[in-house]
Amino acid sequence: MPNHNDLPDGPANGSQANGEELRVIGVPRRRVDARAKVTGQTRFADDIFLPRMAHCKLLRSPHPHARIRNIDTSRALAHPGVYLVLTGKDLPIEYGILPVSQDEQALCSDHVRHVGDPLAAVVAREELTAFEALDLIDVEYEILATISDPQEALATPDPRIHDYGEEGNIHKRVALEFGDVEKSFVEADEIFEDTFFYQGSTHLPIEQHAAVAIKDPDGKLTIWSSTQTPHYLHRALAKVLNMPPAHIRVSATPNGGGFGGKSDPFNHEIVVAKAALLLDRPVKICLTREEVFYCHRGRHPVVMRFKTGVKKDGTITGMHLQTLIDGGAYGSYGVASTFYTGALQTTTYHIPRYRFEGCRTFTNKPPCGPKRGHGTVQPRFGQEVQLDKIAEKLKMDPADLRLRIVEAPNTVTANYLRLGTVNLSECIRRVVKSCDWKEKFRKLPEGRGVGIACSAYLTGAGLAIYWNKMPHSGVQLKLDRGGGVAIFCGATEIGQGSDDVLAGIVAEVLGIDTFDIRLFTGDTDLGPVDLGSYSSRVTIMAGNAALQAAERARELLAEAVAIRLEVPKERLRFADKHVFDSAATEKRVPFHEAVCLAEARFGTIGTVGSYTPPKSPALYKGGGVGPSPTYSYTAAVVEVAVNSVTGWITVPKIWIAHDVGRALNPPLVRGQVEGSVYMGLGEALMEEQEFRRLPKKLSHALVHKFPSILEYKSPTSLDMPEVATELVEEPDPRGPFGAKEVGQGPLLPIMPAVANAVYDAVGVRIDEVPITPEKIMKALAEKRAGRTPRFGPIDFPHVDWPAALRVPPPWEGGDGNAINDVPRHSKPRPEKDKVLSS
Amino acid sequence: MLITLPTESQKTSHLRMTLNGEQVDVSFAPYKTLLEVLREDLGHTGTKHGCELGECGACAVLLDGKPVLSCLVLAVECDGRSVLTVEGLGLDGQLHPLQDAFADLGAAQCGYCTPAILVTAKALLEVHPHATRDQIRVALSGVLCRCTGYLQIFEAVEAAMIKIAEQNATAK
Repeated sequence: MPNHNDLPDGPANGSQANGEELRVIGVPRRRVDARAKVTGQTRFADDIFLPRMAHCKLLRSPHPHARIRNIDTSRALAHPGVYLVLTGKDLPIEYGILPVSQDEQALCSDHVRHVGDPLAAVVAREELTAFEALDLIDVEYEILATISDPQEALATPDPRIHDYGEEGNIHKRVALEFGDVEKSFVEADEIFEDTFFYQGSTHLPIEQHAAVAIKDPDGKLTIWSSTQTPHYLHRALAKVLNMPPAHIRVSATPNGGGFGGKSDPFNHEIVVAKAALLLDRPVKICLTREEVFYCHRGRHPVVMRFKTGVKKDGTITGMHLQTLIDGGAYGSYGVASTFYTGALQTTTYHIPRYRFEGCRTFTNKPPCGPKRGHGTVQPRFGQEVQLDKIAEKLKMDPADLRLRIVEAPNTVTANYLRLGTVNLSECIRRVVKSCDWKEKFRKLPEGRGVGIACSAYLTGAGLAIYWNKMPHSGVQLKLDRGGGVAIFCGATEIGQGSDDVLAGIVAEVLGIDTFDIRLFTGDTDLGPVDLGSYSSRVTIMAGNAALQAAERARELLAEAVAIRLEVPKERLRFADKHVFDSAATEKRVPFHEAVCLAEARFGTIGTVGSYTPPKSPALYKGGGVGPSPTYSYTAAVVEVAVNSVTGWITVPKIWIAHDVGRALNPPLVRGQVEGSVYMGLGEALMEEQEFRRLPKKLSHALVHKFPSILEYKSPTSLDMPEVATELVEEPDPRGPFGAKEVGQGPLLPIMPAVANAVYDAVGVRIDEVPITPEKIMKALAEKRAGRTPRFGPIDFPHVDWPAALRVPPPWEGGDGNAINDVPRHSKPRPEKDKVLSS
Repeated sequence: MLITLPTESQKTSHLRMTLNGEQVDVSFAPYKTLLEVLREDLGHTGTKHGCELGECGACAVLLDGKPVLSCLVLAVECDGRSVLTVEGLGLDGQLHPLQDAFADLGAAQCGYCTPAILVTAKALLEVHPHATRDQIRVALSGVLCRCTGYLQIFEAVEAAMIKIAEQNATAK
């Protein structure tokens, strides 16, 4: 069977599935898992209670940075009710989500790197007993100097937090140049240089991470866990437990919110798996909320500097972006995050020459990782605020400026990202119209303002976390004689509606109802691999796999029914749970009969489908981060009211338009847009993963300022503004039924739009996030004093950048390879024309 | 110095209460909260937890008709009282109109805060059958939802109000 994924420019896959209007796709529907959710029957990991189940608690470091001199567990082990105490020597093998950052140990054996880093585990009959026994573990620490932020990391090569990375406490340093940027600045009429800071924030899923592991009756291992990436957890478990992967089953329970925070393999998952194997009884762990703050993997704090050259008409001649990234204590997704801080700048507006330098440092804080928008959120903030400044200087309306420079669809950008459909202009026009922009911008009374910003986001990462040539997603279908269809797929339901995407696509193709379908998802034993719920990849990848599997099943059924009805199979339609002749609709068989006919003819009916993203033209080292089959686009206008006496900010309304390709189930798509707006607003106004030092007379340790939901402020139902959501639907041929991503992209424009609106309201620039009343007051004081009315970082810290890999952009004769890279002999480079045209 | 706490298996406390309209007797360790007794001793896992400190609201249940955070209520306080959880919302195998509206209108994404929001909304509608958007906002402000941005939740509550009013009109 030809792989339709090799034909990205062909007709929309299956968009005419029945040769007529769609019956399921695009129709507002109750999602397939809704009943379970509203009756409290969705079984989250901590809802699993098994006979003889023991409970696990982790001993976590109270010090941000220390050597472990000695651990004595004898008193804990002697405590009544304690079954097992584990330490680092029981789990010596290191792991990590990226092959290049295998730097975590499930329990630290000699070095703790942040407050909350676990070094021992107690398993007991009861949770309280395990908790008590933690106090009976005696640990001798040798305190090491704490590295608290990237500036300190750059200035303090010793002690090293890790013995790998670039040097000292620098984890990763990258430099890429696409065309001669200095020359582009010479050609510019105006040059803008701005420095921004984006504070870290955390996912705060309401469900605390939990996992239950058992030794199966046949001696294998099963673990249920609130993970977004069961396949990657499966790989990590096989490595650390040194077990055949075939003997490990990972079942991702529906996540009670993920947002990227459950995408790494976690120490607690590995610990309960090991304990269950040793004890031969079920072992559960459920983290406390404080521990969830220590797991983190959230938004990286980033200092960034943008230098952008523009012509008088707003055309960008070139951009130079530098980012300095606070990675926290471990690698996590950090190498990818580093590249992501520079990857998507070119996807929204035409930037003919572009230079990016990024540096991620280790610090003694909980590790940062992927949070909704992964690494692209911070530079998007800087880019969109700077664009507002550019528009003002050029005396242009910022919406008009953006409309002039929007990148064209189906182009390859300066850094070799191949774009699909681009409906950003339409998004801008929609929000400008719906919010009455022309009557508001620079026209509202003092203290009120509007701001606009735009963004783009990946529809699925083009490469897997580990190098392989296999599909990124697979689906199996089983059709039974009663007309039921079972979908087996590794895709993981984290609330975003991945099960409903699969059911909707299969139901559409086979002409049945989504509630005729059973789903077996997120389970490494039951379904083929799907890489996980991250990078907005499920709809396009699992969706296309489901589409292919369903089309293959339809083909089998059509062949059998065509014989029975004596009509050409091309004339058959699948709808309303029947297969019928489109020319004579009374000639029909019910769907379940069609299955029986096919089974009689072909044997048991089961089909498979899979999806592999198209090859990227970005062949340079580092070009693996950023490519995607296609990109979503968003424009947003935020209105703010700022009290110039208190600095208090309220947001009465937000208008947002999102280019989603096609909305498979409109209320769910709207929910993703509004949920992104909500989370973006939290980051814009209040959310901070902030640290402080304890007083010197105490330990002077660097501790989380407020590892609790009460103090970590997030928007409540009282804070949520009215949101006018518009969906722009031009089906993208790369997506199933034309669908692109929606789960992350709509978050990105919110923070810069708030900053731009604050400037419109009170004339001060807040060049950092979150935008708090305190910062507004400080900027207003600067304004009153006649100084620059701004709050934000003054300088970008000095970083010794490596020589850039030079990749000429496509319009300067480039072929996607760097011209100064060390030759990679083992890997023959694809030829330019072949990749660019594929 | 280590203070040894009573263990979970020391179920020395007993209570009789009405749970979702049904009389239940349960023995439990005396330190346990209503949340823990519901989930661990009575197998009612529909009620969730996000902090066990009274911060997130995910554990809300109705105690004698009023929303409480079950992680802050000691089970020993509940003898002779009436508790309603999400498991008790539907009637005769049918979903409550709030459940129907939440399911149809995208008001439950991950579904983790949903049980708490549903029972809290039910308590609101008992008192204010024609609640305004602002009354809904205030009533639900103690339960955090990280997925939806709340708007589809408000709309679902409003849709359910209309449905309930229609049902009541038909019943009369």
